[in-house]
This record gives sequence, structure tokens and C-alpha cells, in this order.
Amino acid sequence: MKNDTNTEPSAKLITAPNLRDPDDFYDELLHAHIDLSDEQSVDFNARLILILCNHIGDRAVITEALAAAKGIKK
Amino acid sequence: MVDVRYDVAFKLYPYQQVDAQKSEQPERHPVVVVGGGPVGMAMALDLGRRGTPVLVLDDHDGVGQGSRAICFARRTLEIADRLGCGSAMLDKGVVWNVGKVFYGEEQVYEFNLSPEADLKNPAFINLQQPYFERYLVDQIRVEQAKGTPIEIRGCNQVTGIDDRGDYVALDIETPDGPYSLEADWLIACDGARSPSRSMLDLSFDGRVFEDNFLIADVKMTADFPTERWFWFEPPFKHAGQSALLHKQPDDIWRIDFQLGWDIDRELEMDTARIRARVDAMLGDDVDYELEWTSIYTFQCRRMEKFRHGSILFAGDSAHQVSPFGARGANSGIQDTDNLAWKLDLVIKGLAPETLLDSYASEREFAADENILNSTRATDFLTPKSAMSKCFRNAVLHLAADNAFARPLVNSGRLSVPCTYDSLPLNGPDELDGPTATRVGASCIDVDLGNGYLLNKLGAQFTLLCINCNAPDAVIDDNIDVLALELSTKGCAGSSLAKRYLGDEPTAVYLVRPDQHVAGRWKHADVGTIKDTLQIAIGKA
Repeated sequence: MKNDTNTEPSAKLITAPNLRDPDDFYDELLHAHIDLSDEQSVDFNARLILILCNHIGDRAVITEALAAAKGIKK
Repeated sequence: MVDVRYDVAFKLYPYQQVDAQKSEQPERHPVVVVGGGPVGMAMALDLGRRGTPVLVLDDHDGVGQGSRAICFARRTLEIADRLGCGSAMLDKGVVWNVGKVFYGEEQVYEFNLSPEADLKNPAFINLQQPYFERYLVDQIRVEQAKGTPIEIRGCNQVTGIDDRGDYVALDIETPDGPYSLEADWLIACDGARSPSRSMLDLSFDGRVFEDNFLIADVKMTADFPTERWFWFEPPFKHAGQSALLHKQPDDIWRIDFQLGWDIDRELEMDTARIRARVDAMLGDDVDYELEWTSIYTFQCRRMEKFRHGSILFAGDSAHQVSPFGARGANSGIQDTDNLAWKLDLVIKGLAPETLLDSYASEREFAADENILNSTRATDFLTPKSAMSKCFRNAVLHLAADNAFARPLVNSGRLSVPCTYDSLPLNGPDELDGPTATRVGASCIDVDLGNGYLLNKLGAQFTLLCINCNAPDAVIDDNIDVLALELSTKGCAGSSLAKRYLGDEPTAVYLVRPDQHVAGRWKHADVGTIKDTLQIAIGKA
């Protein structure tokens, strides 16, 4: 077992800009919701979150992402 | 008078007056078990077989009607096998391995508990609880005939418990009126509504889940496969939010419907209404009889401490979980497995009384694990918020086409034995061996060609030496340590090596009476083993 008690958890979540074409990405994200009702959009987002979390795989990154989404500052 | 709370399926211990009821001086017993359910009877059988006299008091004269617990796990069967009644259960039970999960019409997930050919017992059998209890009592009768000191008193209702420090005084009601008894040790196995717990004014805290489940056990000759079928949002009418179909012996099928929280219980128990639900599920042309019906709600909670001086709690009286995962009766049987040898050693003066604190710490740890698993399954089954339901349904939508989502589907995480990681009775783990047989884990069975490993372990401690010799010197004058030398040479050796050696050439395991690993090494001298034994019996 690794002893993590005295080491600062290193930041793994990339918070610096990382998307090559931000406007194009944003447009694609919004387009995915066109024609969806609010309820369908909520369900769509839930599926998307699950797919992306699985892709990331690293639980520490996900934990940091959850905190970031909540607005918790490091 | 003794209250009759339920009808009995098998009248196994009819009321008989005993001399103690007429004696002036209360009779003193080393151990009194309150409650003759599966946990109480397993407790009595285990203690009695170790030679410690035990008296079981039950307020009825047999086992109650109703299938109730139906899924018995491998570890339970292994414990029953050690107690002498495993094969009766296995012969009667329905073995199953495959589980299918549907979302509406669509199958989204399938698991196979894949029978490993070289284990004596299957991952699960389905068996109605009354049979399970009867086989335990049958075995007690066999033991009694051999002189094993177990006594069962039916229609003996405990109405008062007075903790006098080093013993416990009991008031008992019988059809012939009240009498008193004393016990050095009292084990309360009287279920989730434990009257013992109430009489001692002890709390039972946790979470109540706001949902109702309807059980309709039906008798029919149908050719559905012997699989666990579970539906989220079932496609058939009035089935509620989830449904389950699972086979039991005697052509009985367990059907479960999740009805939600705001229901009229009396209305839902109406036979015509239940039949309409079952018809919609099975089809109008299927002939069946309703065998047993019940509506239940559930809680996940436990007592803060399982030991209160001379009084110990085991099974549902100490901890309660939702039924998803079959972690109720199965964990109760593991409680008895853990407690029997410890109490036996304490009563015989071979271990300090503080050994019983390890019963509490180990089984409280196990209860937390069961409650965690059970709570998570319940959160998936009955989402508590709109967003919780949204994620649940997202998982189910994705599961059919996306392998990654299938492990997230949770219709109950099935009972496996608890590993007592990092708890006080654990000795050193100095073998770079398999994780599954680490210190604290329960031993995994192996077909050795000439019998099964678990059947060769001793009633007390076992020193399992693989590809090496056991030391000649006596390890402890008082504690029985059986030396078991095995070799991985030959065709039966590969599973033994896989489960107990890993990549190591040799291994020495010190195994507790409940078949959990107390310590393991590549090689061990007598001094090391003695020290570990001292830890395992609470002396160090």
C-alpha cells in the first residue's frame, strides 16, 4: 500500500486551454442538443458525462473535475 | 401465554416442560441463544460441535412459513458443510449461475458466476428459508444423538433480560407459565425486530428506504431457464419500477415487484390484484398457484456495537440490509462462523475474554461493507432524485451497446465473504502471494483430487504448508493446530498453486477455525507461527 498522507495530491486535471478549435467544439456541443426537449437534453448530458468519465478512467482526474464543476478552488 | 406471531412450516421443536421450570433456583447455562432462526441454529450447532453446551430458546415450536431468504451463497454452503449439513442444502437447492438484466424489453447486461469446476460448492443456490432452517435442526438432532450438548426449547419466549455484569438473568414465558434462567453468555439472534435489543434499550440506527416490494412466490411448471431475471422498468403491465423472476425448489418461482412508496398495502395484497400482475408478467395462459405473498419495505442499519459485555448480537438483530445482494442471512451465518470458535475458546479458558471484541470489530466491519453494497444497489434500484434517476437510466440506455456501462448496472452486488483487512487479529502477510488469499481473507476451496481443501482444514487452527514441511515442534500445548502438508505436483496442484502460491515456490498459511487466513509466509519457523497464533486468539 502506498502511503499518501504526507504528499500533496498533484493536480491531474488539465485546466489550461486544451481544445484546438474552441469555437468549433462549442458549436458541435450545442448542435448536439438541437431538436432535443429539455428533458432529452438532460438525459443526453448524463450519457455524455458517463461516456467521457469512462474515457478518462483516472478517478483522481474525475474527482478534481467534480470539484472544479462545483466551483471549489484548489 | 406465548404470543403466536406466525404459522410454522415445520413443527420441529414442540413445547415440552423441563425441570428447570419448577426449580427454585434458576438454572445456569454457559450459553443461551435467543431465537432459533437460521443464525441461532447455526450458532448452536457450531458451539455444540466444539463441545460447549448451548441452549436455544425460541418463542415458536418450529420454523416460520414463507420462503423469505432464498439465495444462499457459497460461503454459507461451506460453513454449513463444516457443520455437517451442507450436502442436504446442496441436494435440495437450485443451483444457478446466470443473471440477466433487462431495461424494458431489452436485455442490457448478463453475468455468469461461472462455476469453477474445482470448488465443492456453487456460487449460489436458491432454497426456501424453511428448508435451510430445517436442515440445521435436522443436523442438531443428529448431533444430539451423538451426545453433543445442544438443547432447543420451543415456545420459550424471553420476556426479560437483566445484565448482571458477569452473567445475564432471563425471564421466560411458556405455555405452563414463567420461569427464570441464567446465562454466562447470551447470544441474541432474534431478528431485525430483536426483542432482546429492545429489552436492553439499545439503538439500531441507519437509513429507511421509501419503497415497497411485493413478493409473489408462485408454483408452476414452467420452462423458464434457471437464471436470475431482473427488469428495470418492466414492459408488462402494473409491474412497477422493477421486477425479478428467480427459481426455487419444488417448482416455486420468486417474483418481486417494486411498487413504490405511496401504496395501499391492504389493496395491493388482494389476491385478484396480485394475480393480475403475475398474469401480465407470465402471460394469461400460464397456470400457477400463489404459494406465498408478502409486501416488504427495508432498512439499512446496524447496532453501534455487536458486543455488550456478556451479551452478543448476531444476524439481523445486529445489522439489517436490503435484500438485493443476498447479504442478510448469508452475513448472519458468517457472524456465527466468526463467533463460535472465539466464544468456545473463551469459555474453555484458552483465550482472553477480549477475543470477543474482535468478533464485534470484524463483523461490524463486515456489516458496514454489506450496508455499503446494499445501499448502493438500492440507490440504483430506487433513485432518490430526478438526477439520480436520470443517471440510472443513462447507464441502462448505454449498457446494451457499450460494454463500459455494464459494470455500472446494479441490481444487487451478490454476497461474498468479507475479508478482515487491517483488523487486530491479523498476523503478518509475508508472502508475495495471490490477493484473494491474503491475511484476513477466507480460504478459497480447491479440489485436491482426493478431497477438497476446506474439508481437510481442522476444527481448530490449521498450519497449511505448501511444497514444504510443517515444523515438528508443538506450536501450542492447548490450542489444537493441525498440520496439513500439500504439494502442487500433479494435476490437482495447479489450482492450489494459483490460489495459494502465486509466483512463490512455497507457502505457509496459518488458518483460523473459521477458515480465514491469520498469517502467511514463504517459510515460517515455530516462533513466528506461535507469535501469530497468540495474535489470532487475542493474547497479543
